[in-house]
Order: sequence, then structure tokens, then C-alpha cells
Amino acid sequence: MSLVLHVNGESHDVAAEPETPLLYVLRNDLKLKGARYGCGLGQCGACTVIVDGKAVQSCDVPVSAVVGRSITTIEGIGTSDRLHPLQRAFIREQAAQCGYCVSGIIMSAKALLDANPKATDGEIRTALSGNLCRCGTHTRMLKAIRSVASGAE
Amino acid sequence: MSAAAAARKLPGSLETNRALDLWLSINADGTVTVRPGKVEIGQGILTALVQIVAEELDVAIERIRLVAAATTLSPNEGITSGSRSIQESGIALRFAAAEVRELLISRAAEKLGVSVEQLSVTDGVVSARTGGSVTYWELADDALLRRNATGEALPKTAAEYSLIGRAIERVDIPFKVKGDPVYVHDLDLPGMLHARVVRPAAPAMRLADVDWAEVQKMPGVVKVVRDGSFLCVVADREEQAIRASRRLSRLAQWQRAGALPASADPRYLLESQTEDEVISAKGEGAPANGLRTLSAEYSRPHIAHASLGPSCAVAECRDGRYTLWTHSQGIFPLRADLAVALDVPEADIAVLHMEGAGCYGHNGADDVACDAMLLARAVPGRPIRVQWMREDEFAWEPYGSPMVVRMQAALDAQGRIASWTHDLWSHGHSTRPGGKGGVNLLAAWHLAQPLKAARPGNPPLPAGGSHRNAIPLYEFPRQRVTNHLVREAPLRSSALRSLGAHANVFAIESFMDELALIVDADPVEFRLRHLKDTRARAVIEKVAQMAAWRPKEQGDAEHGRGLGFARYKNLGCYIAVIVEVSIAESVRVERAWSAVDVGQVINPDGVINQIEGGIVQTISWTLKERVGYDSEGVTTLNWHDYPILTFNEVPDIDVVLIDRPELPPLGAGEGTQGPTAAAIGNACYNAMKVRLRDMPFTRERLISALVA
Repeated sequence: MSLVLHVNGESHDVAAEPETPLLYVLRNDLKLKGARYGCGLGQCGACTVIVDGKAVQSCDVPVSAVVGRSITTIEGIGTSDRLHPLQRAFIREQAAQCGYCVSGIIMSAKALLDANPKATDGEIRTALSGNLCRCGTHTRMLKAIRSVASGAE
Repeated sequence: MSAAAAARKLPGSLETNRALDLWLSINADGTVTVRPGKVEIGQGILTALVQIVAEELDVAIERIRLVAAATTLSPNEGITSGSRSIQESGIALRFAAAEVRELLISRAAEKLGVSVEQLSVTDGVVSARTGGSVTYWELADDALLRRNATGEALPKTAAEYSLIGRAIERVDIPFKVKGDPVYVHDLDLPGMLHARVVRPAAPAMRLADVDWAEVQKMPGVVKVVRDGSFLCVVADREEQAIRASRRLSRLAQWQRAGALPASADPRYLLESQTEDEVISAKGEGAPANGLRTLSAEYSRPHIAHASLGPSCAVAECRDGRYTLWTHSQGIFPLRADLAVALDVPEADIAVLHMEGAGCYGHNGADDVACDAMLLARAVPGRPIRVQWMREDEFAWEPYGSPMVVRMQAALDAQGRIASWTHDLWSHGHSTRPGGKGGVNLLAAWHLAQPLKAARPGNPPLPAGGSHRNAIPLYEFPRQRVTNHLVREAPLRSSALRSLGAHANVFAIESFMDELALIVDADPVEFRLRHLKDTRARAVIEKVAQMAAWRPKEQGDAEHGRGLGFARYKNLGCYIAVIVEVSIAESVRVERAWSAVDVGQVINPDGVINQIEGGIVQTISWTLKERVGYDSEGVTTLNWHDYPILTFNEVPDIDVVLIDRPELPPLGAGEGTQGPTAAAIGNACYNAMKVRLRDMPFTRERLISALVA
């Protein structure tokens, strides 16, 4: 079955069953590996992407539900020459250890800051309540996100 | 090579991997290739190694090209664990690079017709004081490094450093924030198939029967593979493999071949058969009569590594030769066990490391690699990617062993500890691949012709396993430390970050506070009273200063602060931690301070990142984490069953490094676990005047402690 997806500003024809989780289509059909499998249950946030401005856990959304909607993945928010401010801030704060959770966390933070550019520390923490980090790099990530929210980045 | 050079013991991993060209290449294109045998597991080690090589060679960091470890080309550095990579790989590369620099300089001297004393190096350009220069890239050829290291070239002294000790940005982070495909999970090879494993509901179950005819007809299914109780499905697409594996799981009929203990309370260890070993005994006879004595018992449950990314591997078999991509911490020991499990020569298996999610010890990485290899054999000619599901990782990873620790002490009239006993009960903390007398790979035990697991055990002292940090660094006139090893484990256990140090230090440092209370001493002063080691004293004094600790400070019912200290393995880094907790419906760590001495600091920000992360992870272990199981099987299957610390719960953390550039560098990754756990327990007491001795300090435990 063929579906049309709008990802990072481009349209893609995808041959996948409608109930296929969006995550596998992004990773295996579109070869966008930045959204990652962590639990398949929408509990950890490693697969977070943005759909029509909202942070969504792509492991938990059937691809048929996002047809015709605007999907943004970590690969679509900046380029190597022109990184997104959040990406720059994460590098500056060295806000990663293993990094497996990082793209999901940046996408959750981006969805928040797009809607609420001056988000407070409390709002940032709440927006990240669906994202887990096992290495314990939280304080650096919060610092990085706060620096973008405060306009320092 | 002279006999003298052959006999000399070389530093770090150079001892067992002497060929210089195994470690380094100087390339004509102006780059330097570095091939460490240690692997990146999220700890930032590769950046520190780059820093060391660039420093010794006097080249810019940007010139260094790292090659990920592979059995086909890397030095065999065993397992990346135990916070040993700086000591082993870092030191080896330091001496190897120093020797390569010396070789290049002497060749330059010949070429320029001057003595080596006349030469200096800037970013690979060797210049003579009298004029004239030549570059490394012109000087080097393959023959130059085709020799064994002698260990005779002296590395730089601390005063000569320009890169070591600086906060160099990690080489891997830019790729990670862009979402680049850097993990083995992201490997996507032409023709690759996807597989899932169907495992039993409990460790002691065996597959009695399964009729998979209907699964074979499901969309995309390429093959169902069964070998004994090892049951898998291979499909074209990932979601097809998942769907088919769920159906297969419903069709499989399992037979019970044993049961788990009915309760997940670690005190089952006390009822188990033990092998007892006195690992430290000091002082004659019993302490004098009439001394004040105290005893207490502490515990921790099974703790999961709980990597954020469940384990994954890709394997391919072509013409009987295997290629495996894995996030194993030990590619050589893994290859050795795989060779036995598949009955193929080691030489026919190439094991290539790729990063995975942070592992914190022995998780499912090696086991999923074995799964992939067995499937590559069953479906040759195409790469097979096996991804464990979240429930596979929780149910089948080898956990950190539960532990029970009993402490006893007597105090003399001067308020000093006159005698001390420490008895610990635990399973072994090492069942990694590469063990003797068996194969430590999950699927190998489930085959129709099952292989035996190697005997579980412990790394030997002084580092130790379950007995890691059981011998106190404090000085007491009488002490006795006994390891009660419970060899048979109902659930597989293996190395989890810091091994036994987490529970042993938790017990020692909690008990120190309990004893200080009896003699009305301040916890900081009471520790210093028993401690001669100046570096140990320094981190404790430093952290007290950082936190503005007030002697004998008391919390109120809602807030308190506590201290914990250890020297990791009694031979690694020194770490002292103070935490502030708040007590409401549950315990919450509001702030943490840590003073750290890792000897010479290679990359301060890298060390601080490890300390911060270690503290956060330990708060999570100590307040929340426990693997649940009942007689039917493991009941912890997802993050709902196994909550970890979230963004709403992480404290601010201050870390100060006491740099000792003149001393050898030490690893930092595992030093915080024990001190942090103890600091939390001590802070809870400081607030509530109630002692929490059983981890995790959950809401239920808090309430029952308060009403007791």
C-alpha cells in the first residue's frame, strides 16, 4: 500500500501497511535514523519527532495517522553548516554521553520553544517529562535548552 | 629487539600489544590514524585518547582519525570496563605516541643533518633551530612503525602539556546532535533482513512445541528459525518481524523446568548456600569488654542496566565466514565465545564495534550478537539485523546482583572505632563472555545441544567484584571482612557499573554515620579521625567546604544533608559527595556537591560529565530502581514497571576536580555510585532521624520507616 508523507519539507511515497509505526517508516524506508527505538510504547521519547508542531512519539503512531501532515525529524532542523540553535547549544554544553536519547530530547525541546520561545525551567522540565535519559546528562541538557530559551544562544 | 626490551614490562595495554603500527599510523595525507582497542560506550573515552595522542605527537586534534575497534585490526584490550580505559589504553597510547614521535624526530635529524636537540615540533612540522624543516607526513613510511614498542621513549612531563588537562569538546557529540546514524542500531546494509527473538516467559522455561505454519505465511516472513528453545523469526521489514514474533510467541508452548524465589527480597541470599572467604583480617583477639557496639544490615535489590536503546546487532554469513557488527564491550572475548557457540574458528569471525546506547556494564549486547550470528548461519548471504524489544532487554539482560551487607563495630572510650566487621552476601558480579569452562551467551544455553555457562564469579581482589570496596579505606585496629559468595543465581547477574562497590560503600558509609551519631561526632570529622590517606582527606574536606557543611548540622523533618566517600576499588579515583534531600511524599535529592581526585585530569569536562551522570544515575538506583519478579518470571518489562529519575527530579550538581598533574590519571566512570547512595541515606537520616538501610528508598519504604 502506498502512502504519501510530508517529511522535512519533502513528499515521499511510502509502501507500508497503514498500521506500521511511523518510526519504522522513518528509519527503514526514508533512512532517517535520528529517531530511535527505545521502547515501542511511547514511554521513553527516544523516537520523538514533530508532527504539525507537536512533539509526537513516532513508535506509537501508525503511519496512516500522519498522512498529509507535516512531519519534522532531527535531520530536518539544521544542516552541518547551519545547525539549529538547540543543536549548537547541546554541543556547547557537551550535553550528551551516549547520545541515544539526544535527538528525541532536542525535538521535544524544539516543539516547546517553537510554541513558547521564552519557556521557563519548569516548563522545559515538564515538556521533557516524556523523555528519558539513562546516562544522567539531564542538567547539561536543561542548561543548553535554557540558553536557547533565554536568547543567549 | 634486544632481550632487555623484550623483558621490560610495558605500560598499560602496550604490554600485551607491542607492535607500534597496531596502535598508530602516520599518513602521507597529513593525518594520524589511531586504533584503540577500547570502545566508546558513551563515556567519552575516545576523545580523551585523541587528546593523549595529539599531545604526545604534537599534532592538532583535527588530524587524528579514530578507527573503531575491530578484531581484524585493533589491539586486543579485552573488555572496556572497570574505569580502566585511561590506565590501560590511554597509557599505552601515550607511550606509543611518545615513541613514534622519537622515531620521527630522529629520522628528521638525519634528513636535516642536525642533532635531535636542535629540533622542535609544531603540528607535525619538525623544524631545526638553524633553519630547515620537514613534516611527519614526509618522514613516515610503513617501515618506520613496523617495530615493537620499547617503552623507553619518555612521554612529556606535566609542565610540557598544552592539550592534556583542557576541556576539549567531545569528537562524537556533533554527530549525535544531528541524528547521524552512529549506532549499530542505525546500520542499514543492502539486502538486510530484520529479525526478532521469541524468548520464554521465564528463565527456566523450555520450548515444548510450536507450530509455526501460519507464521510462515505472514507477510514478509522469510524464515522461522528454531534450535531447541531458541526461537526467532526473520522478515523483510522490521514491523513484519515484530508482528510475526508476537504471533509466534502466542503459539509457542513452554514447559517449566524450575522456579524463581517467590519474593524479590534480596534476603534470600542469607538462606542460600555460600562460599565464604575472609578477605581482610587485622588485629588479634576480641576488643575489650564494655565497649559500645552497633550492628546493622543493609541491602540492595536486583538492578537493571536499563540501556535506553535495547540491544541490537547485525551479522552476515558469506561462504562460511562471518561479519558481526556489535556494541559489545569486549569484541575479542565475545568472538572467543561465539566461536565455541557456532563451532567455527575464531579466524572466520570478524567482529566490528559500533556504538550502542550507554550500557553501564554487561547488558544484552553480547547476547543479541549471538542471536544475530545464529540467524546469519540460518539465513546465509544476507545481513540480519536483530533488535531486542524493550521487554527482551528488561527480562533477559544480566542484572546487577542483589546484595546484603551486615556491619558490626565497637567504639572505644575516645570515640574511635576499635573493631569492625563487614559481611557481604552476593552473587558473582561477572558472567561476561570470555569466562573459563563455558560460554556466556544466552542463546547458546537454549540450543537443542545446549552449551554450559562458565562458572559465575568475581574479578579478583584488589579490584574485586562483589567484594569491591568491601575492605575499608579507614584505619581500624581490628577488622574482619568476609565475602559470602552465592554462586548459584536464580536470575543471571553480571557486571553493573561499580559492581559490589555500590552496596559495600553504601553500607560502610551509612554505618560510619550511625557510629558517629553514637559518639556525638560530626560525620566529616568522624571520617577524618579514621583516615590517614591525604588524598582521601582532601576530597572530604573539599566537599564539606563546597557545601558549606556545618559541623554536626541537623536537618529538619523536611530537609537534610548527608555525606558519602570512597576511593573506587581502593586504588582508583577518590570521590566525596554531599547531597541535600527533601522529604515529602517521597525522597527527593535537591542538590549535590562532589569533590573528585582522579590524579592527572586528561579532559576536565569529560570527568565532570561522568561524575554528574554517575550521581544522577545513582540517585535513580537508590530511590527508585528494583527489578521485580515472582515465581512465574520477571515482572519488570517496561519503563512503567521500572521508573527511573526524570527531568523533573534531577538536582543541580556542583563538581570540583582536585587536579594532580604529577600523578597517574585514573578512571572516573564508576566512582560516584557508592558515595552517592550513602550520602542519600545519611541525608534522609539527617532530616527524619530514621535510617533507611534497604534500597531503593521508595515511597512505601519511606512510609513504613516513618511509622515503625
